[in-house]
Amino acid sequence: MRALVVWCPDWPVVAALAEETLPPKQPAAVFSANVVQAVNGPARDFGVRRGMRRRDAQARCPEIAVLAANPDRDARAFEDVLAVLEQLRPGIAPLRPGLVALRSPGRFYGGEAEAAAVVAERLVQHGVWDCRVGIADELFTAEQAARRAEPQDSVVVPAGESVPFLRDLPVEVLEDPETVGLLKRLGLRSLGQLADLGAGDVLARFGRQVAWVHRVVSGQGERLLAERTPPPDLEVHVDFEPPLDSAETICFSARRTADAFVERLARQNLVCTELLVQAEADGVVASSRRWLHPRWFGAADVVDRLHWQLQGSLRSGEVRAPVERVRFVPETVVPDSVHADGLWGGTDERVQRGIARVQGMLGHEAVLVPVLQGGRAPADRQAMVPWGERPTGLRPTGLPWPGSIPPPAPARVLADPWPAALVEPGGRPVVVDERGAVRGEPARFRPSADEPWQPVAAWAGPWPVEELWWEGTPRRVARFQVVGVDGRAWLMTYDQAAAESVWWTEAGYD
Amino acid sequence: MQRMTDGVPRRPLPTHPALGGVVQLRTGGSYEVDSTSLALALMAGPSQAGEWCAVVGVPDFGAEAAAAAGVDLTRTVLVPEPGEQWLEVTAALVDVTALVVLHPPPRVGEHVAEKLGARLRKRGGVLVALGAWPRCEVRLTTAEPRWTGVGLGHGHLRSRQVVVEARRGSAPPRRTTLWFPGAPAETHLRPVPAPAPDVHPAVVAAS
Repeated sequence: MRALVVWCPDWPVVAALAEETLPPKQPAAVFSANVVQAVNGPARDFGVRRGMRRRDAQARCPEIAVLAANPDRDARAFEDVLAVLEQLRPGIAPLRPGLVALRSPGRFYGGEAEAAAVVAERLVQHGVWDCRVGIADELFTAEQAARRAEPQDSVVVPAGESVPFLRDLPVEVLEDPETVGLLKRLGLRSLGQLADLGAGDVLARFGRQVAWVHRVVSGQGERLLAERTPPPDLEVHVDFEPPLDSAETICFSARRTADAFVERLARQNLVCTELLVQAEADGVVASSRRWLHPRWFGAADVVDRLHWQLQGSLRSGEVRAPVERVRFVPETVVPDSVHADGLWGGTDERVQRGIARVQGMLGHEAVLVPVLQGGRAPADRQAMVPWGERPTGLRPTGLPWPGSIPPPAPARVLADPWPAALVEPGGRPVVVDERGAVRGEPARFRPSADEPWQPVAAWAGPWPVEELWWEGTPRRVARFQVVGVDGRAWLMTYDQAAAESVWWTEAGYD
Repeated sequence: MQRMTDGVPRRPLPTHPALGGVVQLRTGGSYEVDSTSLALALMAGPSQAGEWCAVVGVPDFGAEAAAAAGVDLTRTVLVPEPGEQWLEVTAALVDVTALVVLHPPPRVGEHVAEKLGARLRKRGGVLVALGAWPRCEVRLTTAEPRWTGVGLGHGHLRSRQVVVEARRGSAPPRRTTLWFPGAPAETHLRPVPAPAPDVHPAVVAAS
């Protein structure tokens, strides 16, 4: 059984450029911890290399696109390539993102070079410009052959010719800088020279990995392909004939499909925790939204999400024509054992149902769960997440957040700050100058327009914060704690740039 | 006999130890408070005991203060803007949670309060009204707040001493002085020892 290896060079960069919708010829590199992880051809022409620091890379090529490393994205993007190859030949074995092996189709396409041409043609049709194919008796040789092929071309190592092919390769193909350095220092330049050593000596001196290569180069290597089974198609959709235009009718008609969706997942022992709901109208996807669930989606949850989404998109005019198709795509599925209830009960089923009822009355975004996060202003230090969604993008709480107010935290954090007033004895507003110094002694204040004026009993501050100074229009604010003679304390903010008033009440220590 | 209204025995709920001297939460009861911190302290007891709590009609909920008071935020749900449907929402939440904090609209009718009261007794829930509530079991008010730690332009708010007064029907009110919230290093809510500690001169002079 001969192996065919498809190699897409610099795959992390290709995947990242595709996601950012940048042109493929743009010089780009993927960085992790400010060190180049992968670099594409145009950037390599400027001298950017793997392992280089970011500022060195940018010095060599100022227009380089700096992309963040994301192994998930690479694997996700490679999934499309796998799907294309699976159409040509079942039983493919992905080795890592950018590299995949399959059993060579032999004479089915008229020869091995022709088969490689068919593979390359299909991949180019799907937008993968740089793909190289190698075919040989076994995996290691096929991979090395693919690395020696031209873009969109192939190198075929004929049957039984692996050993002469491998013997000529330099030791650099081992890709382990330490081993390569050691071999070179010992005067071994090619794999052939390595193969001439005794197997026992190689194992004792260089370890298992090199011993395995030694065996391959000596013509005894055989690595079997670990084939993958194609993932089951879990997506479901329902068509409406004639198209429907009311959220209620659509949800009613989609109910059975939602049941089938959850049922089909359950048969695979899976549950869905992230769901993409799409509604098509006039042949295009008119409304598409991703939903997260803190546990997993039951059939009723799926219908609820569809209902909320349709209500919103019908109201906002996102969906103009009657809906002809609704599609449920499971974005994340996990084995149901992960979410099985503990023996002594998990989240209370009853509470879930009661709160879902309130959501049904008021809408999805009306029921919130408070979450703490890091920040300076009290309002920044908390986030409200709609019930049933997972919090995302929270700022870390552990950091020091200079400029934040020391505890205790205020019990009332106003969603919309009130315009307030803080004046000195003469009646002029207290101001904070550019350097953060307070001009004027606070004497009287009013937390909002509805509250009466009262004398200041005590005050503390300022806690100056300069936000977004790197964005051109900095927001410079200073926070004060003000206690009135009635004993109530408020958190007031001086914001010179604000239009309506310079003093605002942000929170109350009620 | 009074404890056996509607045939469901009235169970005591865990109450914050510092408030234990003034009020004991019981299922089926409604309590009126005039301060958010007091409502948070009442929430803390059942929440720490593993019950779910809901907050209705309070758009300015301070999550950090709630967490500091001992409320478990993972078992707390908020409905900040119930609008016209506040009564239905509160009733639905009374069905599933142990304690509901409600900021009622002005002028709640007696019959509305009685309806919700029947629901509370049936489901064994507790209502904490953050505002005037007719027919409440206990009315808790705070008075004479004194902040420490803050002066004229220096320091920062550290803790507050407050007199909490509980009125039950026509019985004489029970009063107690609490540190509320307490100094950061100590428990957040504790009764004041007999001699009141020093308060900053500025605050004393002003109050």
